[in-house]
Amino acid sequence: MEVSTDWYLILSAVLFSIGATGLLIRRNPLVMFMCVELMLNAVNISFVALGTELNDVSGQIAVFFVLVVAAVEVVVGLALVVAINRRRRGATADDISVLRG
Amino acid sequence: MVEAAWLIPAFPLAGFLLLLLVGPKLGEPRSGWIATAAMGGSFAAAVTTYIGLLGLDAHGDADNDRQYVQTLFEWVPAGDFQVDIGFLVDPLSVTMTLFITGVGALIHLYSIGYMHGDPKFSKFFLYLNLFAFSMLMLVLGDNMLLTFLGWEGVGACSYFLIAFWFDDEANASAGKKAFVTNRIGDWGFMVAMFLMFTTIGSIQYTDIFANAAGISESTATAITLLLLVGAVGKSAQIPLFVWLPDAMAGPTPVSALIHAATMVTSGVYLLTRMNGVIDVSASWAPTTIAWVGAATALFAATIAVSQNDIKKVLAYSTVSQLGYMFLAIGTGAYVAAIFHMITHAFFKALLFLGSGSVIHGMDNDQDMRHYGALRKLMPITSATFIIGWLAIAGVPPFAGFWSKDEILAFAWEENKLLWAVGFITAILTAFYMSRQVFMTFFGRYRFADVRAEELEELAAMKVAAAETAVTEAEAGIGDAEAAVAKATEKLEKASEKLVTREAEMADADAADEKATEKATKNLDKARDGVEKAQVAADEATTAVEAARRAVSAAQAQVAHVAAASMGSGSLEFDLFVAPDLGDIAEEDLPEAARARREYHPHESPWTMTLPLVILAGAAIVAGGMNLPFASDLHFLDHWLEPTLVHPAHLTSSASVKWILAIVAVMGGAIGIAAAVMIYLKGRFPASKVELPIMAEGWRFDESIANFMGGPGRKGFDLVAWFDATFVDGAVNGVGRVVREGGGQLRRLQSGLVRSYAAMVAIGAIGLIIWFLSRASF
Repeated sequence: MEVSTDWYLILSAVLFSIGATGLLIRRNPLVMFMCVELMLNAVNISFVALGTELNDVSGQIAVFFVLVVAAVEVVVGLALVVAINRRRRGATADDISVLRG
Repeated sequence: MVEAAWLIPAFPLAGFLLLLLVGPKLGEPRSGWIATAAMGGSFAAAVTTYIGLLGLDAHGDADNDRQYVQTLFEWVPAGDFQVDIGFLVDPLSVTMTLFITGVGALIHLYSIGYMHGDPKFSKFFLYLNLFAFSMLMLVLGDNMLLTFLGWEGVGACSYFLIAFWFDDEANASAGKKAFVTNRIGDWGFMVAMFLMFTTIGSIQYTDIFANAAGISESTATAITLLLLVGAVGKSAQIPLFVWLPDAMAGPTPVSALIHAATMVTSGVYLLTRMNGVIDVSASWAPTTIAWVGAATALFAATIAVSQNDIKKVLAYSTVSQLGYMFLAIGTGAYVAAIFHMITHAFFKALLFLGSGSVIHGMDNDQDMRHYGALRKLMPITSATFIIGWLAIAGVPPFAGFWSKDEILAFAWEENKLLWAVGFITAILTAFYMSRQVFMTFFGRYRFADVRAEELEELAAMKVAAAETAVTEAEAGIGDAEAAVAKATEKLEKASEKLVTREAEMADADAADEKATEKATKNLDKARDGVEKAQVAADEATTAVEAARRAVSAAQAQVAHVAAASMGSGSLEFDLFVAPDLGDIAEEDLPEAARARREYHPHESPWTMTLPLVILAGAAIVAGGMNLPFASDLHFLDHWLEPTLVHPAHLTSSASVKWILAIVAVMGGAIGIAAAVMIYLKGRFPASKVELPIMAEGWRFDESIANFMGGPGRKGFDLVAWFDATFVDGAVNGVGRVVREGGGQLRRLQSGLVRSYAAMVAIGAIGLIIWFLSRASF
């Protein structure tokens, strides 16, 4: 059985849905980060799959951009998580709502 | 040479700035001399420009007929709307600048003498220079907006100067009245300007001249009428003339400069400037202008007949003469209007300055009833004033005759009824000006007279004295009666004693003679006492009666005085006979009256008389600018021709013109003769012509006040209510909707990252659904 592009896309969709659901239902900031990573990588898979399918290299180039952004996001995000945790141990994402309008 | 144009307004502006910075430090009289020098420099620049303009070809190609535009810098560059600070130098603007700066410089010089001793001396000259600058911007501006800037500038200066002595409430409110009334006119000017821009896309005069012929008739009519509204406000025509008589509250040089010679003529200037637009408007538009002018001329002249304030007469006279100029414009005789404007500037400035000189010499008294016989006391003032009088009354060969005659001739060709109104006005003009001259410079010297209000005061004092006397006499009666009663009692007692004695005497033969004698003596004494008491009582009664008579006499006098002063205001006063003082002694007179007897009216200093002499010279010869005898003598006609679309010319035959001129002279003679009969010879009482309703200006002002206070007020309240409810409501409503909407929306920002993420997810899903629904598979 050959693994066709559809499978990749389905995998991508499944991973994205898991990530999105996790982001919405989990309250631990670290887990939420992982979920965001999951979503980003799901998108990366679909980029690569479609790039191969369409024989277009720009799909893979887009993945590089996404990776860079994800790395940056993780650097800043983790720094924030550490800073928040120093201040308020065991804080969930819902506790940090001081910026509400 | 024409490049000197920018210097014309620059000089007064420099003077204004200099006085603004160091005016109070310079003080009197140096700040006055600086202002005068600035005006002199401006006049020199105007003359230079004039000579330069003469050098330009008068009959070049159609676009360059003696026209020079000097652009200093861009002022309002806003898309298609382009306005520069620039000057349009052409015969019309140069004519205006020449007489504005010339007459202005003379009036500045005059003010140095007139404002002597005023604590706000330098401020006065600061305002005068600012006014001159604004007025020159008005006439020199090369676009309507710059003219409007000057238009508002002169309005503001007019306000400052009318209310110059604002310590007095009346002066301050006169200034406000002028300002507010002018705003109505300014509205017309502004809308006309907007309409001009939307129609031809420019408000530059050169563009207007070039494109005026292409404006549609209805638009041109609208612009003309709106400009008329503006001109009616500034030039004090019916119905907006009410501010000008009140404007006399300002110092007299201001009345001469702003409210006679220059500012009030700017309406005439504006209409002349726009003659190309008036030319294409519907024919009834200029007719309206002519009738507004004619009606104002007659209306104001009738009011002037009954005024007693020397400046009020001249104020109404100015309104009336401006009416002549509007009449000329309405008949298409722009040159005649400008001609009359110039001659009027000379002789009316002269008359105002002369009246200022009289007021100055008469201890600030402005009531002509208090003048008389000043001819010998103020020789220069009276000689120059008489020249001004002859000029305005239309006596040839003085200036006013030529210009007024030309206007009347044009009116005759337009409409005989217009001519008739103008002619009657000419008679009235001659009459009221003669009245003024006779009351001021001829007749009996009345300044030292005891005045009606003083007589009234005296009579009141007499009544009070008589009443005191009555009270005293009545007290005396009481005393006398008491004395009589006492004496009668004594008499009775004495008679009783006498009777007793006589009985005793009868009893005792060997009468005690001594006792009898004593009794008789007592009796006599008692009788004497009674007689004396009765005499005293009689005397007291007589005194009381005399006192009562005195009281009723005094009361009658009071009633007489009061009745007189309740009437027209001129009944009590008699031009020819001094008031009867009766038994009032010299030293009983009020202090003010005694001070006046000591006062000696004096001629003014040379700074005041020199301008009078120069203006008088101008008032004599200014008619030479435009003599009707031959085409070569129509100097002003030829000079202004390039600025007019259709220069009007009289078409009547020479004989008709001669007859009209002779009739006009006769009209002036009738007016003067009537004044001679009434005010010099006293053949008829003045009350026959000075009707009270005319003295009150036909109650025009009062009616406006009543209307505005009554139904007008309700209308304004309605407008104010509409404004507060709907206009403000709409604005505030938008604000409220945004604020409350924002209040609701801010709940979305919960600070919960996961809810944001949910919103993003929902949005993404929504987008996908939308794309899918539009996609075709």
